[in-house]
Amino acid sequence: MNVELLWWEGCPSTERALAAVREALADLGLEDVDVRAREIRSDGDARDAGFVGSPTILIDGVDLVPAATDEQIGLSCRVYRRRDGRVSPIPDPDDLREALRVAAERTEVTR
Amino acid sequence: MSLSIGQVAPDFALLDTEGRKWSVAGYDGAPATVVVFTCNHCPYALAWHDRIVDVAREYAARGVRVLAVNSNDADRYPRDSLDAMKDRVANEDWPMPYLYDSTQEVAREYGAKVTPDVFVLDAEDRLRYRGAPDADYDNPGERAEWLREALDAVLSGSILERPETKPVGCSIKWKA
Repeated sequence: MNVELLWWEGCPSTERALAAVREALADLGLEDVDVRAREIRSDGDARDAGFVGSPTILIDGVDLVPAATDEQIGLSCRVYRRRDGRVSPIPDPDDLREALRVAAERTEVTR
Repeated sequence: MSLSIGQVAPDFALLDTEGRKWSVAGYDGAPATVVVFTCNHCPYALAWHDRIVDVAREYAARGVRVLAVNSNDADRYPRDSLDAMKDRVANEDWPMPYLYDSTQEVAREYGAKVTPDVFVLDAEDRLRYRGAPDADYDNPGERAEWLREALDAVLSGSILERPETKPVGCSIKWKA
């Protein structure tokens, strides 16, 4: 399983997001999975990556929370919704865990 | 350049979403004014918004004015355009005016860096607090406690123990 976190320096949520990803992996017994962090530095980088805000977490290349079709590509901080409806700069830990669990099972099946 | 604690805040004349003009100076009798730089698209500003709204409502009875200011470059970030601001105010219950700093001059003069960035001014428009609303955007239970502490100190004429905290949020989107 490949986990990649795309980040932009204009948002202070990168460390917290990385910690959340690692915590979710640990909860699933997947501590060995490497989390790659990739900085998005420019509008050009954002266009190339389809980056709709920081942090964006890709699991096997798929966005953990698929962006809405009208989501603007560019350098900004991403708005997530917690399961209780609150706005947050990082994904809900349960959504993160669930997406990683599904990806891990898929990896196991296709192995 | 950033406004320092104790310094008189620069005055401004900004229009809100209804086209009304607002300024800092010239409001005799207002014991405190909160200028909060905020915007529509930032998760930190959105996460803290309800807490700031609660403060605006609760302290209005004590004469406190809260002015929300959006300074982001709307060309690059259309979600922070004046039209988007108007939509938001029309669809939400705002107890404070939402001002548009289209030239970004006010943000530069205050030295605002992120959204939200909170400035509390006393009756003489001197800066008494600058920073985050409270310690954790992710915990509504914090209730914008640092902002409340600042207002309570200004209103009671007491010394503010925490005049500055680090503002946390999305960087202000400056024009190129």
